[in-house]
Amino acid sequence: MSVDLEKLAEQEYKYGFFTDIEQEIAPKGLGENTIRMISSKKEEPEWLLEWRLKAYKHWLTMKEPQWAHVTFPPIDYQNISYYAAPKTKDRPKSLDEIDPEIRKTYEKLGIPLDEQMMLAGVAVDAVFDSVSVITTFKEKLAESGVIFCSISEAVREHPELIKKYLGFVVPQHDNFYAALNSAVFTDGSFVYVPKGVRCPMELSTYFRINAESTGQFERTLIIAEEGSYVSYLEGCTAPKRDENQLHAAVVELIAHKDATIKYSTIQNWYPGNAEGEGGIYNFVTKRGRCVGRNSRISWTQVETGSAITWKYPSCILEGDDSVGEFYSVALTNRRQQADTGTKMIHIGKNTSSTIVSKGISAGHGQNTYRGLVQIGKDASGARNYTQCDSMLIGDKCGAHTFPYIEVKNSTAQMEHEASTSKIGEDQIFYCQQRGLSAENAVSLIVNGFCKEVFKELPFEFAIEAEKLLSISLEGSVG
Amino acid sequence: MLEIRNLHVNVADQEILKGLNLKVNAGEVHSIMGPNGSGKSTLAQVLAGRASYEVTEGEIIFEGKDLLGLAPEERACEGIFMAFQYPVEIPGVANTYLLREALNSIRKYRGLEPLKHVEFAKLAKEKMGIMGMPDNLLKRSVNEGFSGGEKKKNEIFQMEILEPKLAILDETDSGLDIDALKVVADGVNALRNPERAFVVITHYQRLLDYIVPDFVHVLVDGRILKSGGKELAFELEDRGYGWVEEEAGKAVNN
Repeated sequence: MSVDLEKLAEQEYKYGFFTDIEQEIAPKGLGENTIRMISSKKEEPEWLLEWRLKAYKHWLTMKEPQWAHVTFPPIDYQNISYYAAPKTKDRPKSLDEIDPEIRKTYEKLGIPLDEQMMLAGVAVDAVFDSVSVITTFKEKLAESGVIFCSISEAVREHPELIKKYLGFVVPQHDNFYAALNSAVFTDGSFVYVPKGVRCPMELSTYFRINAESTGQFERTLIIAEEGSYVSYLEGCTAPKRDENQLHAAVVELIAHKDATIKYSTIQNWYPGNAEGEGGIYNFVTKRGRCVGRNSRISWTQVETGSAITWKYPSCILEGDDSVGEFYSVALTNRRQQADTGTKMIHIGKNTSSTIVSKGISAGHGQNTYRGLVQIGKDASGARNYTQCDSMLIGDKCGAHTFPYIEVKNSTAQMEHEASTSKIGEDQIFYCQQRGLSAENAVSLIVNGFCKEVFKELPFEFAIEAEKLLSISLEGSVG
Repeated sequence: MLEIRNLHVNVADQEILKGLNLKVNAGEVHSIMGPNGSGKSTLAQVLAGRASYEVTEGEIIFEGKDLLGLAPEERACEGIFMAFQYPVEIPGVANTYLLREALNSIRKYRGLEPLKHVEFAKLAKEKMGIMGMPDNLLKRSVNEGFSGGEKKKNEIFQMEILEPKLAILDETDSGLDIDALKVVADGVNALRNPERAFVVITHYQRLLDYIVPDFVHVLVDGRILKSGGKELAFELEDRGYGWVEEEAGKAVNN
């Protein structure tokens, strides 16, 4: 049986193709010139260039964080190209103007850019290396006042909002990778939902890394005004390569009074091969501020890809009665490493947070949950519920848990549950005796383990996530 | 249908089955009885294909096929079903989901189209009725939080859906009260037909009041020492297993 499984394991990453198109790729290296070049490509105002340069100067004084439970050789930041874009004369104004090869790429990824062919009710921003190639349903969204566009476009079209909110949640100097991102960020999505509007569609961004030796520095900013609601989802894939590629994103969410932001991620960057060669380094800073009373930010993530994941989508609960949620499935197979979790910072009164983390380790994978729940001294009546479960498949993988709890208010209610289980031979055999293959049995059991998280995803994506998990687990038994 | 010849099985390097022979024809119900530790459950596990049971000698032929060459799921697809003595819990997996996947996996193996959700739901509802099971047991996670009786009923319910050719009941009666026992037995009896065979493993004669066997075999220390009709079960109930061993011992000495 194991021979067949090995074959499966080799062919499992089905998004590993490369799109051969003419691209404009900046020479490798990072310096002030690089930043000026990016800023000028994006036709940015002077203040933003200054903002980038300030971040860069700060970054030069910083060191890479070493506390995560991951190991990798030092990254040579001068050996990365910081800008890659398909060659076109102008920005495409409609679908017809997009390079057919790029359109084909997205079709192959299951994300047709033609509005007629798309999932009903889902608008897409397609980011290809350093640029957004198109955003669909913009006009339809505009009818209800929702702005959904690339961040580059937002800089040009909505400078007042960018000026107000860029760095509002994640300051330039926040951490090493966030500072790097602030200096060189290229594209990402911008969402603005006006007061009282329930966004009529699911919004999504599809990130594709294509060019070689290139980093992707995505920047996403979502603002939900008073009483508004938005559900946003991102997906990510990259070609198979022997080299490691860096994806250092910053995502900022701002929820005003009575507003809700649901942010879902299905991360399937190329994870590297069985020997641990290649794959994406996914070093990401994601954070939301519940600034208004009774606001809510909910993160759901399904992390199956990347060679290394370093990511802690967090909530700062400033408004009284605000709610933060974090639902996570992280899977590490082969030589993948993940150090992921969340921070829930309770500042306002009667704030509550929920953390449900499901870690699955297979092969030689190393999976770490790291989380902080902090109850400030004025956060009376704060509540947190944390559930942190790990599942091990095989005997060469690892699961690690580092929960931190800091409570400065005696009225806080904290609940923490944790479990570690080994996938049971009994469970697999039971399913086999009913007619399922060992592979399908594992996939069924693991999907059951993750059910509490998947039910938080929009329906179509929950099905995608289940499939993805099954594919990512191939080769883990035998 | 099933022929076991000179079966020797080791578990953790200890020989449990020591040359077992058994022949089961379609339409027959065979009961395997024997004291604790005689190898009854080992026989069930080996038939189902559990990897930790090592067959050192002998063969098992099922419907003309070498059963020992097949993976557990292939055996299931060929029509072997085992009702587990201790059904496992699978959190987060709905009972109905596992069962639909299982049924469609078996159908695929046999070249049949998968059952659609609606068709499956109809089938499940029908069989639930037979077992007198509440609807919510379908939606709940597999065996999670089920009572002992519910778990055993669930095994028989699965059997009703999967309609095996050969069903092995591994101490299905253990831990059941008399009412649950009757429900389980009714479920089994409803499935008895000329094409299907049962191997009923039990420690007590009680179950056989409700599932009346055609043959009773006494398994002692890894071998079948005596076979007979259903009356043998009553004799065992009265006299215990000691006399079977003595009789067999004499036979060897003579």
